[in-house]
Amino acid sequence: MDSNKKRDLAASVILIALLFLIITVLEQLLPKTSMIFTVLKKGSIYALVAVSMNLLNGFTGLFSLGQAGFMLLGAYTYGILTIPVSARAAVYQYYNGGIVQFALPVFAAILLAGVVAAFFAYLIGLPVLHLKSDYLAIATLGFAEIIRAIFQWDKIGALTNGSNLLRKFPIFHSTLFPFAVSAVCIGIIVLLINSTYGRAFKAIRDDEVAAEAMGINLAHHKRLAFTISSFFAGISGALLAMFQTTVQASQFKSAMTYEILLIVVIGGVGSITGSCISSFLFVACSEWWLRFLDNSDTFIGSIHLSMLRPGFRKVVFSVVIMAIVLLYQKGIMGDKEFSISKIREKLKKKKAEDE
Amino acid sequence: MSDRVLELKDITLQFGGVVAVNSLSMHVDRGEIVSLIGPNGAGKTTAFNAITGVYVPTNGCILFEGKKIVENYPHGKMKKLYAGSDNGKYTQHIEPTPDAITKLGVARTFQNIRLWKTQSVFDNVLIAKHLRRTSNVFTATFRLNAAEEKKQREETAELLNILGLYSVKDQNCTTLPYGLQRRLEIARALATEPKLLLLDEPAAGMNPQETLELTEFIGKIRDDFKLTVCMIEHHMDLVMNISDRIYVLNFGALIAKGTPEEIQANPTVIAAYLGEDKNA
Ligand SMILES: Nc1ncnc2c1ncn2[C@@H]1O[C@H](COP(=O)(O)OP(=O)(O)OP(=O)(O)O)[C@@H](O)[C@H]1O
Ligand SMILES: [Mg+2]
Repeated sequence: MDSNKKRDLAASVILIALLFLIITVLEQLLPKTSMIFTVLKKGSIYALVAVSMNLLNGFTGLFSLGQAGFMLLGAYTYGILTIPVSARAAVYQYYNGGIVQFALPVFAAILLAGVVAAFFAYLIGLPVLHLKSDYLAIATLGFAEIIRAIFQWDKIGALTNGSNLLRKFPIFHSTLFPFAVSAVCIGIIVLLINSTYGRAFKAIRDDEVAAEAMGINLAHHKRLAFTISSFFAGISGALLAMFQTTVQASQFKSAMTYEILLIVVIGGVGSITGSCISSFLFVACSEWWLRFLDNSDTFIGSIHLSMLRPGFRKVVFSVVIMAIVLLYQKGIMGDKEFSISKIREKLKKKKAEDE
Repeated sequence: MSDRVLELKDITLQFGGVVAVNSLSMHVDRGEIVSLIGPNGAGKTTAFNAITGVYVPTNGCILFEGKKIVENYPHGKMKKLYAGSDNGKYTQHIEPTPDAITKLGVARTFQNIRLWKTQSVFDNVLIAKHLRRTSNVFTATFRLNAAEEKKQREETAELLNILGLYSVKDQNCTTLPYGLQRRLEIARALATEPKLLLLDEPAAGMNPQETLELTEFIGKIRDDFKLTVCMIEHHMDLVMNISDRIYVLNFGALIAKGTPEEIQANPTVIAAYLGEDKNA
């Protein structure tokens, strides 16, 4: 049992190291604009927010629909705090250069992006987490909508730049950056899930009444899970800002939350590796592999595929999603984790059966 | 002098107009095994739920080791609906959550088994040790609590050993036969390090052989863990064998109390309860 755990840990470390190596090599070989980098960057950012949502929905049994709102808070916190002082006059051109007149280092701002999101989550959680869990979904969805409207309000434009873009903040150039940040954050979430607190979260998910009767303070633990989940959503929001190079509140619609929810469901509710795998598949499908469907000049041999036109991609994409949800009702991974030792055991069993 | 572990004073618990428990007063002394019996729907489980903080009583108070842990009086909507007589003796509103009461040292099992279904036998017990932690979420996540984690795992293994569940520790708890699931619920309750153990029909669904084993088992854990036990049970041979004292409920109200001999000879009890086919 323990040796298996060690082997799995070693295997994941090697796997991640290998991934980093491959990305480094790819960055040397392929042009910077290659689609694969877009997919890897956005995929790693979505993986982080999907895992943070899974921590709540899959491991604690709380249903929250506020992810886009917390990402917005993270993205804005990062943007507002890192725009170089010299660029502020240009960015906040309608607001006399804005009220923030300093710039923080990148990593401090990313951390604060998480802290601000977590702080708002804590405030929402105070009244709502005493109620049945459906209320959390309603409250967080409402919160995300309200915050999106507030950030576009020109009365606080000196801080948020109203409905104008935030831009000119530091961004990343290498794919390794979002990968590394996401990997560290997901690593921390995995550590949390396997700790005594993670076990308490799972107990709450499995049977709240029993958990409470065994001395687990429901309100406290739910608030913890919600705050931590939002912290990492905030960080992924900061990464998304860096990826997009600009931030605008109107991007963070509830459709974004549903995309993330879809990733979690497809990957498997309660599976970290499932969320990661499905993030990359999802982003690759929506951004890359199905792109040709939008191209109305596609030919197979000499036959003009007249069905193809801009927007058709989305139709096919929806069908693919429906097929996956129907065929794999528990997602790609169910609630299992991808692990080398499990695969080895299976292979061994198969070998034994064959003999 | 007797050492009172648990005392219920005039506990009434109404669901709207339904009086589930009606002015119940009872007590359990240290080291005793006390049984709470009565026909279906008599209010036994509801009494447990009042003790463990799941429901707030409409009126009355509960003391644990001499300290008031629950108290309430009819107020709000209940003022009109209240069906009891002693209105006015209790004036405070003390309403702790169940986890706070468990922390004080009261653990329970459930009538309809409520294990954590996706968890292994081992983890079911280990999770119940969570409340005795000294770590916070930060130290736990970054493994700064390794010593405590190790200690909890060792204690869990030891507990499973004592209860004869060690050989199945890695199985999912739902794969266990019914009797062992009940035993696992007791193991889980013991993991919270209680002083008072509340068992809600621990022998439900067991055959006579298993019931006999359970009788010995409850006596053994009472001695080994220095427990006080309060038990709801329908199996009369188990109750009469093991109990120091018995309380009999019918329609929420106490109709008799005493030693097993006294209860067996009590005509009211025989009429209300033992006369039925329950003791088969
Ligand atoms: N949550 C509730 N809401 C409304 N009524 C309830 C609730 N819980 C229990 N009751 C009612 O209270 C009464 C007592 O129920 P309780 O479960 O305490 O009985 P019991 O003595 O444990 O019976 P059994 O032997 O069947 O377990 C019943 O009439 C039941 O319908
Ligand atoms: Mg009952």
